[in-house]
Amino acid sequence: MADFDLIVIGSGPGGYVSAIRASQLGMKVGIVERESLGGICLNWGCIPTKALLRSAEVLHLAKDAKSFGLKIDKADFDLQAVVKRSRDVAKQLSSGVSGLMKKNKIEVIRGEASLKKGKPAPMVVVKGEDGKSKDYSAKHVILATGARARSIPQAGLEPDGKLIWTYRDAMVPDATPKKLLVIGSGAIGIEFASFYNELGSDVTVVEALDRILPVEDDDISTLARKQFEKQGLKFHTGAQVKSLKKGKDKVTAEISVGGKSETVEADRVILAIGIVGNVEGLGLEELGVKVEKTHVEVDGFGRTGVPGLYAIGDLTGPPWLAHKASHEGVVCVEGIAGLKEAHAFDASNVPGCTYSHPQVASVGLTEAKAKEAGYKLKVGKFPFIGNGKAIALGASEGLVKTIFDAETGELLGAHMVGAEVTELIQGYVIAREGELTEAELMNTVFPHPTLSEMMHESVLSAYGRVLHI
Amino acid sequence: MAINITMPALSPTMEEGTLAKWLVKPGDTISSGDVIAEIETDKATMEVEAVDEGTIAKILIDEGTEGVKVNSVIALLAEEGEDPDEVEAPADSGPAPAKEEGKSESEEKAEAPKDDKPASKPASEKAPEPAPAKEKGKDVSKELGSTPMKLADVGDGKDRIKASPLARRLAKLRGIDLSSLKGSGPKGRIVKKDVESAEPGQAPAQPGAAAPAASSPDGLILPQVLDDRVYAPDSYELKPLDGMRKTVAKRLTQSFMQVPHFPLNVDIKLDKLLAARKGINEAAPEGVKISVNDMLIKASALALMAEPECNASFSDKGIAYHKSAHVSVAVAIDGGLITPVIFDAQKKGLATIAAEMKDLATRARERKLKPQEYSGGTFSISNLGMFGIKSFGSIINQPEGMILSVGAGEKRAVVNEKDEVVPATVMTVTLSCDHRVIGGAEGARWLQAFKRYVESPESMLL
Repeated sequence: MADFDLIVIGSGPGGYVSAIRASQLGMKVGIVERESLGGICLNWGCIPTKALLRSAEVLHLAKDAKSFGLKIDKADFDLQAVVKRSRDVAKQLSSGVSGLMKKNKIEVIRGEASLKKGKPAPMVVVKGEDGKSKDYSAKHVILATGARARSIPQAGLEPDGKLIWTYRDAMVPDATPKKLLVIGSGAIGIEFASFYNELGSDVTVVEALDRILPVEDDDISTLARKQFEKQGLKFHTGAQVKSLKKGKDKVTAEISVGGKSETVEADRVILAIGIVGNVEGLGLEELGVKVEKTHVEVDGFGRTGVPGLYAIGDLTGPPWLAHKASHEGVVCVEGIAGLKEAHAFDASNVPGCTYSHPQVASVGLTEAKAKEAGYKLKVGKFPFIGNGKAIALGASEGLVKTIFDAETGELLGAHMVGAEVTELIQGYVIAREGELTEAELMNTVFPHPTLSEMMHESVLSAYGRVLHI
Repeated sequence: MAINITMPALSPTMEEGTLAKWLVKPGDTISSGDVIAEIETDKATMEVEAVDEGTIAKILIDEGTEGVKVNSVIALLAEEGEDPDEVEAPADSGPAPAKEEGKSESEEKAEAPKDDKPASKPASEKAPEPAPAKEKGKDVSKELGSTPMKLADVGDGKDRIKASPLARRLAKLRGIDLSSLKGSGPKGRIVKKDVESAEPGQAPAQPGAAAPAASSPDGLILPQVLDDRVYAPDSYELKPLDGMRKTVAKRLTQSFMQVPHFPLNVDIKLDKLLAARKGINEAAPEGVKISVNDMLIKASALALMAEPECNASFSDKGIAYHKSAHVSVAVAIDGGLITPVIFDAQKKGLATIAAEMKDLATRARERKLKPQEYSGGTFSISNLGMFGIKSFGSIINQPEGMILSVGAGEKRAVVNEKDEVVPATVMTVTLSCDHRVIGGAEGARWLQAFKRYVESPESMLL
């Protein structure tokens, strides 16, 4: 008899959600974690950064108090208190996960896991904190070991925790860097750039592609860049970092932009140049698990091709998002349980969010991608300036863009930049999941006054029926 | 108050029917139980009896109208004391019918999909503004007279198909009938990818168009569904189709639908053949036993050689005349039917045929035949004589051109040349022919040859 029906390796949002779902379906579940329950997301990712960015946002508002008719003599911050708040939030949530495991009768196994051959699923070997190893058998094993920051040592793009940071170091700074260089303008790079800019750092962002937030729609990238630049951020796009030279408390970056070489000096550097899967030390090679570019290859139900072994989340490749991992986990477990309602994971409807100031959120195809796919389009755009609530909030900069297939009315994509858009995007995600067309969206009543009205207006605009511009 | 007479459902599954004949006309007084009309469904014609009494005020659906939906109003009845003429204009006389119709109209509005092209709703295009209730009633009753299908559209079941709005629109654009699709979404909801994977244009969304083949189990031309309302699922045991059952169903359905079959039958005296068989079996070495069927296989093969135009297969490119007689023999086995082949039967001796047949039949029952052992025949024999069947007609085993159905050999009273009634052992055989390949005369000539070999078995030795 196996010790467990299911062992999940890794307790991030992919792992612990899989474990809970499996427990709901009546499985006996164990979960292995080498660090803190909740994984990167809760402890070193999504949640603590949101806490930091909230401090930055409040600071921003406080500095702008006058425009709200308020008097705040000097808006200032205490960096250590800001960081402490962020850590406290993470701690609170991590202990929350611990409670969830208890409630769902999931056994938490502390230690570092690896796999060896076994039947019907690979055997899980856990090396505990005391250095002793123990074997655990399960009918099914889900790998949810996540990912970590990518580095390129050849170009000096290698974190040292002092001058060159990863997201992890950037989350617990001793002091605010005077000059900060952020390499990479994806969600992680932009969020830190936005945070430190608000705290007064002189921030430069370098992006290899020709625009910032390169996975987003062109219009959104352009608008976001304009707003960031207004706040004092500097950008080098289409730029390669050739080398990083470390001095004493200083880093000199050699950057080539359009064939020309430039040097940028900074006190600190944040590396946000992508992510690599945590595939090492698990014994994947011996089991014959297919690994491609640090990611485990799986099908729509997380199956690796090795009997009884599954993988989900960041480990299986982009988009590297907590909610993608959780959803994949649920799909994988339901597949294992043989639920009739189980549906293979569909990556096309995973929303992406960046919590900078302004926020960015999107789902589905960009206009360029939709054109490339051969669709005839109807595109709707609605600016924040036309929305009453946005003006009342003092956040009248932004855009809601919707892209429809002109033939069928399918909502191919939705893209937003501006205040609170990360809270709005799910409306469009539901529309896409439910396969609503422009007709249902137009017939939906949106409450007034809310930012969500812009979502309605954008759809109306795509069909020439916009009301407020 | 006027009463609506509605289209009745003659069976639980009936959704629409043809109003074949009116047996009453406006002004006629009817009472409960009177037969007022005849309704036709695809299966039956039935009489419609009046439920209420009164005077027929107006007939709304003309005789001969097809596709009248169940529960749609087909006539109006004026009650006693009511002026039938006033019923014709319900808006002015009684509020009841006006209300009724008004309600139907609003229901229709509510249920009509918003994405409907205006062109498909001529009435709503003409009157896009919601009309006052009174006027509405009037409009609808007029409309009912001229275009009965309008009202019949109400709640016709389309809305009961669970499909996403996008799937509905796509299906409409591509002319795919949603009711023919299986939904892969939550709780069987039809979603975009289900419509996309259906072949475009395979089922034009015309009412009454045949359902597409997509939903049928492999190869069955039409989907066959047992209606739960008629056959409760717990009233039978459902045995899933196995490969053999599917193949049998597919091949026989194809043959029966594609091949123009015609039968020819003839009585054949068996006494000489039975005597010859007895002699052969007595002379045969130990372990060799010839059956009547083995001899019929041999006789068929020789007849095919004698009438080579009957040893033929139809193909799009032309008729293939086979040079050798490969005789397929139908063997009933558990869960189906299979036809192992005696190849070059015309060249084989009876002992060889008997030995091969025994081996093939044994392995057929164990389902151990190789494909090459049950394909490639040019003609088939099916024998139900052992069950006492007198005569029957088989379905042609495509692409073969003919199949012979052999009945039981039995003692019958036969009139001989001297006009005497004498006993004889006689069997009736039926030859089913593919008329694309074989004419009546050719088939008849083959039967003559076959009869000659069977009635004079010594000629098989020539």
